[in-house]
Amino acid sequence: MQFMLLFSRQGKLRLQKWYVPLSDKEKKKITRELVQTVLARKPKMCTFLEWRDLKIVYKRYASLYFCCAIEGQDLELITLEIIHRYVELLDKYFGSVCELDIIFNFEKAYFILDEFLLGGEVQETSKKNVLKAIEQADLQEEAETPCSVLEEIGLT
Amino acid sequence: MVPVPGRLKRSQTSQLKGYLFISVLVNSNSELIRLINNAIKNDLASRNPTFMGLALHCIANVGSREMAEAFAGEIPKILVAGDTMDSVKQSAALCLLRLYRTSPDLVPMGDWTSRVVHLLNDQHLGVVTAATSLISTLAQKNPEEFKTSVSLAASRLSRIVTSASTDLQDYTYYFVPAPWLSVKLLRLLQCYPPPDPAVRGRLTECLETVLNKAQEPPKSKKVQHSNAKNAVLFEAISLIIHHDSEPNLLVRACNQLGQFLQHRETNLRYLALESMCTLASSEFSHEAVKTHIETVINALKTERDVSVRQRAVDLLYAMCDRSNAQQIVAEMLSYLETADYSIREEIVLKVAILAEKYAVDYTWYVDTILNLIRIAGDYVSEEVWYRVIQIVINRDDVQGYAAKTVFEALQAPACHENLVKVGGYILGEFGNLIAGDPRSSPLIQFNLLHSKFHLCSVATRALLLSTYIKFINLFPETKATIQGVLRAGSQLRNADVELQQRAVEYLRLSTVASTDILATVLEEMPPFPERESSILAKLKKKKGPNTVTDLEEAKRERSADVNGGPEPAPASAVSTPSPSADLLGLGAAPPAPAGPPPSSGGLLVDVFSDSPSAVAPLAPGSEDNFARFVCKNNGVLFENQLLQIGLKSEFRQNLGRMFIFYGNKTSTQFLSFTPTLICSDDLQPNLSLQTKPVDPTVDGGAQVQQVVNIECVSDFTEAPVLNIQFRYGGTFQNVSVKLPITLNKFFQPTEMASQDFFQRWKQLSSPQQEVQNIFKAKHPMDTEITKAKIIGFGSALLEDVDPNPANFVGAGIIHTRTTQIGCLLRLEPNLQAQMYRLTLRTSKEAVSRRLCALLSEQF
Repeated sequence: MQFMLLFSRQGKLRLQKWYVPLSDKEKKKITRELVQTVLARKPKMCTFLEWRDLKIVYKRYASLYFCCAIEGQDLELITLEIIHRYVELLDKYFGSVCELDIIFNFEKAYFILDEFLLGGEVQETSKKNVLKAIEQADLQEEAETPCSVLEEIGLT
Repeated sequence: MVPVPGRLKRSQTSQLKGYLFISVLVNSNSELIRLINNAIKNDLASRNPTFMGLALHCIANVGSREMAEAFAGEIPKILVAGDTMDSVKQSAALCLLRLYRTSPDLVPMGDWTSRVVHLLNDQHLGVVTAATSLISTLAQKNPEEFKTSVSLAASRLSRIVTSASTDLQDYTYYFVPAPWLSVKLLRLLQCYPPPDPAVRGRLTECLETVLNKAQEPPKSKKVQHSNAKNAVLFEAISLIIHHDSEPNLLVRACNQLGQFLQHRETNLRYLALESMCTLASSEFSHEAVKTHIETVINALKTERDVSVRQRAVDLLYAMCDRSNAQQIVAEMLSYLETADYSIREEIVLKVAILAEKYAVDYTWYVDTILNLIRIAGDYVSEEVWYRVIQIVINRDDVQGYAAKTVFEALQAPACHENLVKVGGYILGEFGNLIAGDPRSSPLIQFNLLHSKFHLCSVATRALLLSTYIKFINLFPETKATIQGVLRAGSQLRNADVELQQRAVEYLRLSTVASTDILATVLEEMPPFPERESSILAKLKKKKGPNTVTDLEEAKRERSADVNGGPEPAPASAVSTPSPSADLLGLGAAPPAPAGPPPSSGGLLVDVFSDSPSAVAPLAPGSEDNFARFVCKNNGVLFENQLLQIGLKSEFRQNLGRMFIFYGNKTSTQFLSFTPTLICSDDLQPNLSLQTKPVDPTVDGGAQVQQVVNIECVSDFTEAPVLNIQFRYGGTFQNVSVKLPITLNKFFQPTEMASQDFFQRWKQLSSPQQEVQNIFKAKHPMDTEITKAKIIGFGSALLEDVDPNPANFVGAGIIHTRTTQIGCLLRLEPNLQAQMYRLTLRTSKEAVSRRLCALLSEQF
């Protein structure tokens, strides 16, 4: 996978993950063009399209468009499932995820994505394992935070 | 603020946030990276899996060159170390993959490669998935290193595919066992050719299972289930196509795709069309693909999504062959009328290629191209109409039809400029073929073209000016009118330099040159040499390297011609007004003839024997080719898959010179290339042939020339044989063709008046001197063509000599070194019976007989 973008129906970018090195300017340009192209498509149309020399696979969940760019050889259907798996993970983690969850907890969303995909490839397909890893991280965080805050105030 | 991960408290949160910051916001080329690298190194060295995991994530996310330099050596060690945790292993694998993608040279192959392959057998499917991705990419560059992975992958795959849905627990996705892993394993297998039989058997079983499962009713209504299942299915089909070795699998795959073609979901239809394109090029499944043609055509008409329609067009192009070419081209043309503007050009190119390739009847080809211009004129690029002109010029039989059709098409009130270009060119060359009909008399043709003149662009007008001067040559009666046009101020003082120059030069040419010179200068365009279709080249360029090219094209790569730049730029017709027949100038190689019969010379060759002395029997079809050359001096004598032999000859009295061009149609060199001229014993004393030896090595795509000096010593009946032997690849080739040096080549036409003719006719009245033949006409009995043939034969055509105006009368002298033989001929056509009576009277019986035999074949 080359990159994944999440954007709302109004075209606002919620999440972007780039697996290829590109300059900022290029990233912005690509994002703009792609958002326009995908938003212009009608519901009954094919959810794959060819754009420049990449294949774009997109799916709409409620008000968010999940959009992935894959190289010529990767398979479109499996990418759709990658998107769906990611949504499931988010759903499980946040409990009935909605766009606001992603807006306010974007770092968690990135973290989940990192556990799931690495370098553009699927890393771990077991939902359990991914969520376990994240839960562990969360536990550690909760254990630490109150500790450090209290120490900083001066109360032990 | 730099939240460097190695801070005092090293709390997970701050670390996490630090890494997150780095991966999202820091550019790959930032200087901070160097600072960060140290921290990462520490993390990697620590045995704590969480820290290692985070560090690996960071490296993977940034993946810059400096990071690769720092860590590329470390990571493989982590990957294969026995005590690494599974989660770290999978992160390490993918991290390495990322580094490899950005800086492949920094990731060295080493011992670790074989250990990585063994990861495929790991218990933890996550690790297997990551390892598979890594191996797939690495194997593309270093297939040898990872060859052992094939069997492991195959066995893993079969275990997964045949497992029950509870086996894999969490890795089962909506009742499909480990879909991502299956897809990845299938992808890995596509990096390698079909494996040896043991593994192959297992793999085939596995693929069959996948295909079978697709037929079973779905276990869940959810689209995710079907997507996952179909993803595995499509990838399996890709693998089947890649291997291209199991016919029944291919056919099953094709049927499966056929079912998908009519599926409710647009996505599946799209993918099915795409996969079928690749299937169509495999010889095993080509027939199976063709059975779905109706569905595809229906899709073309009814699909709402333009990209799906586009795939349908691609598929039609790929599945086209001789049996359905006409239908497919017709469908594509009708689609073109309503197609999206963005894809029109591509469709135009495709239709042009298909029409040319599968044209059995070239009139259909001409019609198709003209339709193409009519429907989508703007998108008909230059290559397309150059090609149609090349073809019309190369093929004698379609010239009249082309002239007529073009003339009719031009009469439409609004015609596209490309049509004017094509029309102008064709009428300029072949307008004489329809000039007999009063509806298309020369003046009408001229007026028709001129009415469009001012509507056209500069380039077209230039072409039309050339056509006008050709008209002056062909139809002297139009000279005054056309000169008037050329003289008009708008031309002579035209703002465009090219137009002005042409108008001035053509005007001068028409006033100054005598009819002979004009005729020589404006002689009919020589046929074009064959070369790789520029249309194909343009299509490939347009679609990039992912084009699905037809199986035949891929197999028969035709090499480009050496001459280059043979576009029919009209200006070149008026290159130099030198009266020599060598106007054809640049040594242009003669053209490809109409559908040459494939030579069986290669089959007759004894592949194992080295002896070059055996002369192969004459290639089949050489008789027909020979007959064509009796009235013509230039053309292609012989053509097969490897070699093209062209001729250009000129004769004067009893001497002649023949240029033989040998063209290497392949991309491999011919070695020990030896052409030899063989004259039978009877022929030897009567015909003297001298030739210089030819370079024994002929490069791929190159052309060599051989000059033969001919002298007619005395009259002769047989023809010499040209035998060519050479080595191509590992095989030995031996080809023989008859060389068309015939008695009539030494014919000098003689004009004479009616009384002289009848006087001589009576003089030659003894029975040995006359030979008569009554025969059925083989070709359509067209007056103009017959006249042309008689003139081509070498005789002068005498008008108003025979009391019956339908008869043709000719006279000439055969020149030999020893004697000169006067010849008179009379050809009487009987249109009703479609027969001719040919009478030949010469002073020598053998000559009469030979000439009569030669000429009878022509009609």
